[in-house]
Amino acid sequence: MDPESVVASAGAGGSFISLNEPEQRYYSGLHSLCQADASGTLSSSKVAELFKASQLPPESLHKVTELCGAKRLGYFGTPQFFVALKLLAAAQSGLPVHLESVTANLPLPRFVGLKNEPEMRYSAVPPSIDGQGAQCVSAPGSVCRTPADRSTFRHLEAKVEKKEPWSPPRSPSSSPPRSPLIYRGYPYTKKRNGADSQIAYESKHSSRPIVLLEQHSSPSNHGTRANADHLAMARASSSERLDQQGAVDYSDDDPWRITEEQLEYYTNQFKTLQPDLGALILGTIAKNFFTKSKLPIPELSHIWELSDVDRDGALTFPEFCTAFHLIVARKNGYPLPESLPPTLRPGVMQQEEDIPDTPESAEPLIVFEDAEPRPSQMDRSIIERLQPSLATTKQDLKEESCKQGVKRMTTSQEKRTLQFGGFPDRPEAPQDLDPHMRTKTRPRSHSSTSFEDTMKKAEEPPTPPPRPQKTHSRASSLDLNKLFQQGAPGIKSGWFPPPPALPPRPLTSQVSHFVNVSEKTVQQPNFADFSRFREEEESSVKPEEQGPCSRFGPSTEDLANASKQDGIGVCHSQPPQKPLRRKYHPESQNLETGPPPAMPFPTPTKSAQKLLSKQKREIQMAIRKNKETNAVLTRLNSELQQQLKVVHQERVTLESQLELLRPLAPT
Amino acid sequence: MAVCIAVIAKENYPLYIRSVPTQNELKFHYTVHTSLDVVEEKISAVGKSLGDQRELYLGLLYPTEDYKVYGYVTNSKVKFVIVVDSSNTSLRDNEIRSMFRKLHNSFTDVMCNPFHNPGDTIQSKAFDGIVSGMMVQTG
Repeated sequence: MDPESVVASAGAGGSFISLNEPEQRYYSGLHSLCQADASGTLSSSKVAELFKASQLPPESLHKVTELCGAKRLGYFGTPQFFVALKLLAAAQSGLPVHLESVTANLPLPRFVGLKNEPEMRYSAVPPSIDGQGAQCVSAPGSVCRTPADRSTFRHLEAKVEKKEPWSPPRSPSSSPPRSPLIYRGYPYTKKRNGADSQIAYESKHSSRPIVLLEQHSSPSNHGTRANADHLAMARASSSERLDQQGAVDYSDDDPWRITEEQLEYYTNQFKTLQPDLGALILGTIAKNFFTKSKLPIPELSHIWELSDVDRDGALTFPEFCTAFHLIVARKNGYPLPESLPPTLRPGVMQQEEDIPDTPESAEPLIVFEDAEPRPSQMDRSIIERLQPSLATTKQDLKEESCKQGVKRMTTSQEKRTLQFGGFPDRPEAPQDLDPHMRTKTRPRSHSSTSFEDTMKKAEEPPTPPPRPQKTHSRASSLDLNKLFQQGAPGIKSGWFPPPPALPPRPLTSQVSHFVNVSEKTVQQPNFADFSRFREEEESSVKPEEQGPCSRFGPSTEDLANASKQDGIGVCHSQPPQKPLRRKYHPESQNLETGPPPAMPFPTPTKSAQKLLSKQKREIQMAIRKNKETNAVLTRLNSELQQQLKVVHQERVTLESQLELLRPLAPT
Repeated sequence: MAVCIAVIAKENYPLYIRSVPTQNELKFHYTVHTSLDVVEEKISAVGKSLGDQRELYLGLLYPTEDYKVYGYVTNSKVKFVIVVDSSNTSLRDNEIRSMFRKLHNSFTDVMCNPFHNPGDTIQSKAFDGIVSGMMVQTG
């Protein structure tokens, strides 16, 4: 199951299948539904059931089967399955069953009796889920797909707070886990009109958002708003509900996959407990936090066992995400797994980077569909998967326990994730972030350093290659990635919030430093870094989490020491605050990303060029600003010198007077 | 392969007892309880080094005609007791030691779990898994 094969199979028909986000999710969910074995082939009986549920005439189904290649192959592989789903959607919307139809922007295929959901339901996801849930509550709640689960859900309905902002994750999690729930749900839905069970199911979920105990205001608002919307939608068709469950594609596989929004939410929650994303959350703190979810203690204990993979009694960021995800899944009614699902396993997640994944991964970090959809699909899946691993990677980098290759990947992902995580927090972050991230995502699939490579390529033409040392070590790669993302597009380190109090005061001193440095290193990339750094300093307003800052501080310092330029920067930036340091490093890192070796892989040159020009512009701006500051500072300097002279003279006069008076005093 | 594994707290109440032939559970409970006396005796006997290098593994506590009882005590006075079938002569001492080591490791994992209060009975699936792995596979 990889996007290439999907492309290939689609390509066989002359069309390329690009699945957008909801489609991917939906299809992944259906895929998990039908997944018979690990080899990637789908059980034909389940696929046949699915096709029958689509309520298309048998001849259309035959045609679909034929077109998607399953007939040729004799089985349904993932690409065939996806093509088939697309064809089903086309057929349902009235288009002829032909391979060209799949290129059209189709709605999601509809399956009666399954928990699949039309895309509309899904697109409305977060709010709709909530709303639906609310609706469901009022609906005949007695209908439960799985009585045991449902009762648990009801129970869990009251406890939400964390679940609230999670509508998207919720909907997937609401979809029944692969085998047991699917089967149960399936016959249930057939018998009971599907909707009911869906409703009951969803009501549980939505009730959660409704209840919202200690939600943040935004999520709760979101939830309430969504609920209102959903109520309306819930009344709509039962298929919607079905969609909710199925659309998110969270079958056994997907519920255990952390989506982007989920990861963001986890990141925010993590930051509330521990601002430093690379640090650990102590067991007691985590315990108090997770106890708020009102899950029974044995379950929380089990979740802890599953997620604390290094058994240190504390949670790293990926462990925290895992635990949080398990809690959410549990609250949504998924039974706790006996062992950590592969998609949640931090180590596995990292390893998965190298394996191109099917596009069925849930939300890609960045919907990158312009150039190279294929790699983007891979990237998306990888990105998504890597997101948690990114956080892990960060941790690992710090602890130096990850493998190099994995780390590189993860660092790039981390950058991405971190970027992404920070992105919502910082609306002012330049839009460059997106293309930047896109660039990154694209290369990601190939190698861990793909992102770095891209950036490096972008970097090299404009500036002399920065110090290679920066890119070799894990820490440096980490910084590079992060910094790179920040600096290259001229992002004002939205990521690292400078300490609020510091920026104004040290700026002048910083500037003087920078000016001196910049004068020395006018031609050097660091110069640009400094100015950027300064600019960032000036532009940074809000105090944002200092976690990344502090994290980066030491690492950037190390990097700085590694190179003379950096050293200079570091020296200068020592007195200034940490964010300055951080920023400095990212920028220097960014510039230095050029030389670091990276596996060649098809990186989009356009974005590289864009980045190059952007960097050039930034550098030029930085140069200009530096010059201005320089002038200001020289003026200031001369004035202060004048004052110093005056003071000296006064002192001399006073001393002479004192001398005169002294002989008189004793007498 | 053990027939019964028990974890006893410092205050000599059981944190975890599990035996394989569930019909004779009471007998095993009684056996474990009586073995505690032997454990106490061994602990106090090794008081010379005050636990500095006190052997955690206590060895064969006492044999009966049906089974043998082995003991292991941690530095926090938590005792592990393993009852093995006497007919199972293939079990060597170091195998028992490794079993205790595994038990100890998974016990520390349980303790590290912030949701576990020391003094509560152990309700960890991971711990159960380890124990099941060590139990006699009797059908």
